[in-house]
Amino acid sequence: MSDSIAIYVARYRPGQDEAPTEQRYDVPLSTDLSVLEALNYIKDELDPTLAYRWSCRMAICGSCGVMIDGEPRLGCKTFLREFADRGELHLRALDNFPVERDLIADVERFMDHLETVKPWTVHNSERPVSEGEYRQTPAELERYQQFSQCINCGLCYAACPQFGRDDSFLGPAALTLALRYNLDSRDDGSAGRMAALNADEGVWRCTFVGYCSEVCPKDVDPAQAVNRGKVASTINYGLNLLRLARGEHDT
Amino acid sequence: MKRSNEPVAWGLFGAGGMLLALVGPGLVVATGFLLPFAEPAAAFHAVDALIAHPLGKLLLLAAIALPLYHTVHRLHHGLQELHAPLPHGLVALLCYGSATVLTIASASWLLVR
Ligand code: SF4
Ligand code: FES
Repeated sequence: MSDSIAIYVARYRPGQDEAPTEQRYDVPLSTDLSVLEALNYIKDELDPTLAYRWSCRMAICGSCGVMIDGEPRLGCKTFLREFADRGELHLRALDNFPVERDLIADVERFMDHLETVKPWTVHNSERPVSEGEYRQTPAELERYQQFSQCINCGLCYAACPQFGRDDSFLGPAALTLALRYNLDSRDDGSAGRMAALNADEGVWRCTFVGYCSEVCPKDVDPAQAVNRGKVASTINYGLNLLRLARGEHDT
Repeated sequence: MKRSNEPVAWGLFGAGGMLLALVGPGLVVATGFLLPFAEPAAAFHAVDALIAHPLGKLLLLAAIALPLYHTVHRLHHGLQELHAPLPHGLVALLCYGSATVLTIASASWLLVR
């Protein structure tokens, strides 16, 4: 193992630079150094102008996602030793989003989509605190737990060709969160989320490419969630036809 | 947001895929490998009896129509995925339209038989 590694970072300042250009930084190699720590090293020792996002350093906050050798990954969960043999790696901001600066992607669109699906427990009537907590059995927790592990890192959006093509698609994580709350026994908000799921921009834009599940750092399996959303939406479609046949309102 | 009609196409696609997985191999073996070795008259009567029965008709129609919808759905989305420079409304019409025409043709034939 050589004692340093070449990290090529796509630098970009919108409005000033025409296009992103790669800049090379040589970083001392050690087996336990993460890509995020390498960026911190560059910022502290080599180039204070480098812009990137991070916070927790432990795959919880979801802010350090970047394209590492063309793959969407978390900087804090990816280690330099993986690239030691090749002696180099390439970083750029997450695909499918506008670049704010250097490695910082503008994920506003993703945040909007999250909000669309109302990712919080909705109650039809608020219960007084004196009645105690909302209880749930382990089996009820089990139904949605996997989908609640999402850290909103956006890697699945960088992986999704449909979102890349048309960012009106609500996308993997937002649709997964919709399912997560729909499956929660404490939640009364399913009906309110179905309109978003039922739309072309909802589950139906997905063609089950599945790359989102491959890149997800938390094993959420958004592709599975979206497909279960398709089943739910198909049932909803059938029920709506029945309602229409009975002369009731289209929903 | 507007409700999509994709559940119809996806429902038929899913049903077709399921049916193909279940009876596809059996159909290939029966019609491709076993039938040619069967005694022609006996084979004819067996198939004829199947077609004569309403349940047989239904089964055959399902075995023809659902895989058709499955196939055109794949084709339609595959072309889109490959960024084929085609008018997708027209492609959809041709795909699902041809499956529907063939389904109606099979259904009518089965009905008059
Ligand atoms: S589903 Fe996975 S990849 Fe997508 S935002 Fe959540 S944690 Fe990240
Ligand atoms: S720094 Fe928080 S997820 Fe990587």
